[in-house]
Amino acid sequence: MKYVKRSIKKVDGYGILSGKPAYTDDLAPRNSLIVKLLRSPYAFARVRKIDTSEARSLEGVECVLTHEDFPRIPFTRAGQGYPEPSPYDKFALDSYVRYVGDEVAVVAAKDEQTAEKALKLIEVDYEVLNPVLDFEFSEKSPPIHPEDGISGVENQQNNVCSAYEMDIGNIEEELKKCAHVVKHRVYTQAQAHVMMEPHAAFSYIDYQGRLVVVTSSQVPFHIRRILSRVLDIPLRNIRVVKPRIGGGFGGKQAVHGEIYAAAVTLKTGKPSKIIYSRKEVFESSYTRHPMRIDVTLGSDEKGVLKAIDMEILSDTGAYGEHALTTLMVAGSKNLPLYNRVNAVRFKGKVVYTNHTPAGAYRGYGAVQGNFALESAMDILASKLGLDPVKLRQLNMIREGETSPIFKIMGEGREGAEMTIKSCKLEQCVELGKRIFGWSEKFSKRPESGTKVRGVGMAIAMQGSGIAKIDMGSAILKLNDDGSFNLLVGATDLGTGSDTILAQIAAETLNVPVKKVVPYSSDTDLTPFDTGAYASSTTYVSGNAVKRAAEKMKHLIVQHGSKLFNCSEEEVVFNGEEIIGPEQRLPLSEFATKLYYSENQTQLCSTASFVGDEAPPPYMSAFCEIELDTETGKITPVRYVAVVDCGVPINPNLARVQVEGALVQGIGMALYEEVKYDSKGRLMTNSMMNYRIPSRLDIGDIEVHFVESYEPTGPYGAKSVAEIGIDTPPAAISNAVYNAVGIRLHDLPFTPEKVLKALRVKEGF
Amino acid sequence: MKITLTVNGRKENLEVEPSTTLLEALRMLGLYSVRKGCDTASCGVCTVLMDSKPILSCCSLAVQAQGHSITTVEGLEKDKDFEEIRKNLLLEGADQCGYCGPSLLLTVYSLKKRNIKSLQEIQKYLVGNLCRCTGYHSQLRAIKEFMEVGE
Ligand code: FES
Ligand code: FES
Repeated sequence: MKYVKRSIKKVDGYGILSGKPAYTDDLAPRNSLIVKLLRSPYAFARVRKIDTSEARSLEGVECVLTHEDFPRIPFTRAGQGYPEPSPYDKFALDSYVRYVGDEVAVVAAKDEQTAEKALKLIEVDYEVLNPVLDFEFSEKSPPIHPEDGISGVENQQNNVCSAYEMDIGNIEEELKKCAHVVKHRVYTQAQAHVMMEPHAAFSYIDYQGRLVVVTSSQVPFHIRRILSRVLDIPLRNIRVVKPRIGGGFGGKQAVHGEIYAAAVTLKTGKPSKIIYSRKEVFESSYTRHPMRIDVTLGSDEKGVLKAIDMEILSDTGAYGEHALTTLMVAGSKNLPLYNRVNAVRFKGKVVYTNHTPAGAYRGYGAVQGNFALESAMDILASKLGLDPVKLRQLNMIREGETSPIFKIMGEGREGAEMTIKSCKLEQCVELGKRIFGWSEKFSKRPESGTKVRGVGMAIAMQGSGIAKIDMGSAILKLNDDGSFNLLVGATDLGTGSDTILAQIAAETLNVPVKKVVPYSSDTDLTPFDTGAYASSTTYVSGNAVKRAAEKMKHLIVQHGSKLFNCSEEEVVFNGEEIIGPEQRLPLSEFATKLYYSENQTQLCSTASFVGDEAPPPYMSAFCEIELDTETGKITPVRYVAVVDCGVPINPNLARVQVEGALVQGIGMALYEEVKYDSKGRLMTNSMMNYRIPSRLDIGDIEVHFVESYEPTGPYGAKSVAEIGIDTPPAAISNAVYNAVGIRLHDLPFTPEKVLKALRVKEGF
Repeated sequence: MKITLTVNGRKENLEVEPSTTLLEALRMLGLYSVRKGCDTASCGVCTVLMDSKPILSCCSLAVQAQGHSITTVEGLEKDKDFEEIRKNLLLEGADQCGYCGPSLLLTVYSLKKRNIKSLQEIQKYLVGNLCRCTGYHSQLRAIKEFMEVGE
């Protein structure tokens, strides 16, 4: 392998680090109208009357839109395959507002100050309603979505957005037979993405009267489809372009401000831009779904797992975006880790509350489920008096095995059968254990003063795209100098996917990477791709690129044979030259001839890929923490992660993906606290109040790879974007138990919660 | 009001409001390396150098920047030290979304001038430069090399 399994520099890195205009706001026309949203100050209210006359007459205001200006078309902001598994429970603007920050009206003005001023001049008469702020009481509360015309909601009257249930074997019977049964309940928080670039979009009408939307989005093709629906204009009249993105992590897997900028452009004919403030990103985009998870494990006296029961209550906030699918992923990306049990049950409900809507966030349910399952495993291990590593080794999935869950649980529907063709989880655990020095550390609890150290571990799996649903595609175009344009719908959101897709094409064609020029995510110019989510790009889009490159190779041979007047079998293309029985021609000369003088033809290949399965990456994680029993503060000391993501196409980029995800997971475990006040206002709505980890908060992190070869992946690769986030909550909570013997149930593990648990343990 | 700023060694005249931040003014001048990430002076992605020291341009007023010398990465294109740290970052793959990149580069660049030698000191100095993508360790690997410090 010449060009894959190589840590080459990112193709777009130089320009970005040099400050070239690359992000949405850099590219917006200078004369764009500034679009701002009036947002609800109440968690739940009905708009009785809205008076925009003063705002409209303010000098410099171009337009003000309310719910009366939008056709009443229900939709979901979730950027998912079509038809979406999320309910159509939202309108562009509505006469009900369902969380603090919900959209009430749109203002467009010549500049920021005028727009802000106009917002203040809008008078709204609200009928304030009683909000539902505790998701555990949501089902017994009055409906948040009593309205007609929405669809896909499980039970509007009871606030149940989605529900799911499945079982294999007889869980009750099986548990009765078990020598050891562990029951464990955990709560997870509404983690915020905090991508550094806030959501941004601008739109304009091109000279042919088409709507062009440039947006910081993970899902440009879904955005085009949703805009067509909500704005009621033909899809062919919309072009969506994604420039460089300043991070997404799932938070941009949805339509956000695009609708409002586009509506203003359609109304005024003028370019318009909307940039969310950081407060808007916190309050009005997305969060992770907070969940309450109950796990019951049963094993025989040796620790062989016999039964797993998982029951979840998930809080989707005001709208049901990604509600059903995150619920299912909490089960489907965790339960198969222990695939040899006799009985599994999974059931759950997702309920509405008057909180910021939850949506997609890296891990997508899997991290919540992992926290529950992997801390329950730790409890079982200590009950059995067994090393937690041994308990995993005894029960975890292996190469060549399968789990019925792959078929039963997909994303929002049935999944796809899969026998695991690549799984080096055993080696990941072995290696991690050795590098970390687990055996020496596990039984010691070094203390110094009030500080105690402890160690914990966890394992995880994720997926590579969504089997049988997500499609990626690619077009390769030979240029007259022998270089190639690689056009992909895949969406690089900072991950480096443009680079690795170029590497895959280069490897297949056997040409240097610099001869492949990637261009991605423009609905007019690139082929369809569902977008960057569910760890899909390397595997799904990567396979499409490989196929397109194989076709291109064949086209070159075909046209070489025409030129040389011989049969195709007699022609070889080695990346540099086209070689016939008597002649050889450098690719560049061949291309020049082909375009200017002989057998003139454009060589262009296209291919798509949908996975029949979604091969999981796996990892083991070992962590050491220090806990101060006086202050309750937990300090991460060291985190060792060993990952099997097949063959890493670009090892550096794969490593940084895992490191970045681990730190987000550490943030979720320790620092990222979400607080609402009693009226349902988000108090942690700034980067001052919501604390993401800084470089001093994370301790040492070591990421290692155990290479497997995934036969269905491009050059043996699987995806790697999400898995890193899954283990920190469980591994850290297990380390806390190891250090001081308390079980933390409730994320994040703040000093207050630690102190409280310590007091309970000491009996006062 | 009309002001004159010295940016990357050039005098620039521009028309601003008294409340215009330095961040906004620099973007008006087309210096897109200067980016906004928050409203609370918390993230550091708006960092520029004022008289060679890193400052947050989001909470400095354009007016007050008069008479000082402002540097952004656009002004360091040809600077050897700057090129080196940029190259190191690229080689490590420490530029993910890259949104925080220019601000980090500038801060590290200013660090070299101060001759800081220990890793801890570097980490402390950079604590205000938040990054949500990389998990910091790749950045540290790149910086370590640049600053020529050991563990
Ligand atoms: S924009 Fe965040 S600190 Fe300046
Ligand atoms: S690389 Fe994205 S925030 Fe640092």
